Amino acid sequence: MYTQAMDSPGQVSHLNARREDTLEQEVFDAALARDDKIEPRNWMPEAYRKTLIRQISQHAHSEIVGMLPEGNWITRAPSLKRKAILLAKVQDEGGHGLYLYAAAETLNVSRDDLIQALHSGKAKYSSIFNYPTLTWADVGIIGWLVDGAAIMNQVPLCRCSYGPYARAMIRICKEESFHQRQGFELCATLAQGTPEQKAMLQDALNRWWWPTVMMFGPSDKDSVHSAQAASWGIKRFTNDDLRQQFIDATVPQAYFLGLTIPDAKLTFNEDTKHFDIGEIDWDEFWRVVGGDGPCNRERLATRVDAYAKGAWVREAANSYADKQRAREQKKAA
Amino acid sequence: MELPLWEVFVRSKQGLDHKHVGSLHAADSKQAIQMARDVYTRRQEGVSIWIVPSQAITASDPSDKDSLFDPMADKVYRHPTFYTIPPEIGHM
Repeated sequence: MYTQAMDSPGQVSHLNARREDTLEQEVFDAALARDDKIEPRNWMPEAYRKTLIRQISQHAHSEIVGMLPEGNWITRAPSLKRKAILLAKVQDEGGHGLYLYAAAETLNVSRDDLIQALHSGKAKYSSIFNYPTLTWADVGIIGWLVDGAAIMNQVPLCRCSYGPYARAMIRICKEESFHQRQGFELCATLAQGTPEQKAMLQDALNRWWWPTVMMFGPSDKDSVHSAQAASWGIKRFTNDDLRQQFIDATVPQAYFLGLTIPDAKLTFNEDTKHFDIGEIDWDEFWRVVGGDGPCNRERLATRVDAYAKGAWVREAANSYADKQRAREQKKAA
Repeated sequence: MELPLWEVFVRSKQGLDHKHVGSLHAADSKQAIQMARDVYTRRQEGVSIWIVPSQAITASDPSDKDSLFDPMADKVYRHPTFYTIPPEIGHM
């Protein structure tokens, strides 16, 4: 879903690795220049490989941590229809995580190492999931805005230079559209409901608007990874461009729902034909990325707990498979 | 403890080839099929699944690309467009 965290600081040094003046490097550069895909068995610079592992695994972690805020509402969905929709959506997020882990593993890193990096706090995931889902309206807002922002981020990744990542993104984007539409429809239903339901929806928008706007990552002038990622064909648009695209698309939708965007400075700029927004609270952004959001500890603890509680299932499945294999070998002998 | 890796191939429709869609971890082939159904066919993307242990796949080396595939580049006479058919004959 969400690749914002790839712009987090402190991991820059390997990106500035010097180019290797070799034949392999030339072949690699020529492939990128032609907009060809790089495949797992092709030679690639070590820094490219590391950047991809970091970005794809963060993306995978975001998908499976992203199951938690919405999973919170499965047992309390207001109707069987909404419950079935939410179950399907949360299952999709799990599936997206698995496509992405599989893509990362083609870069010679093990699933265990990736999971370990998430559990130890070494790897990041999108900070949007460190906010709580307090009411049912939050489920609608997440689909409409959070998944909407994710789609803006992800569509360009379908053309990313690394083949397995691009293919995983194509599958994900196809499925993501349902997520956004069900969220908007949920919001539209509340918007036509009782005054209490409308108020609940407005409250959810008030809490989620700015964190969603921040999902696109730091402003271009502060983004440390953009230039190199762009030259490698991993990133096609800048954070600020994508953010603007999201705002321009979303503000009219909010008006349609009769909602007020919690930004007193929001205005339509007749010259640029874009919406201008107020100042983003980057202190909050860095605080949440750094681990001090409302739910950081809870989310990670839940993941670690789920993994630990599933250990017996993995062990049992492995023992059963071993036993079956032994039996087959005995039969064959 | 990591479960073994499997490659997944899905036939999207009766009459079409199985196509590689990705990989997953599972203890054995039976579990791999069940997982593949959940991961890769949630929207009726398939009518049949093949599971292959990733280790069982032998792939050509990209650096052999020239010696493997280049000999085909100059054999244009293998393509129907190499031959001129008189217009009177029409479609052939």
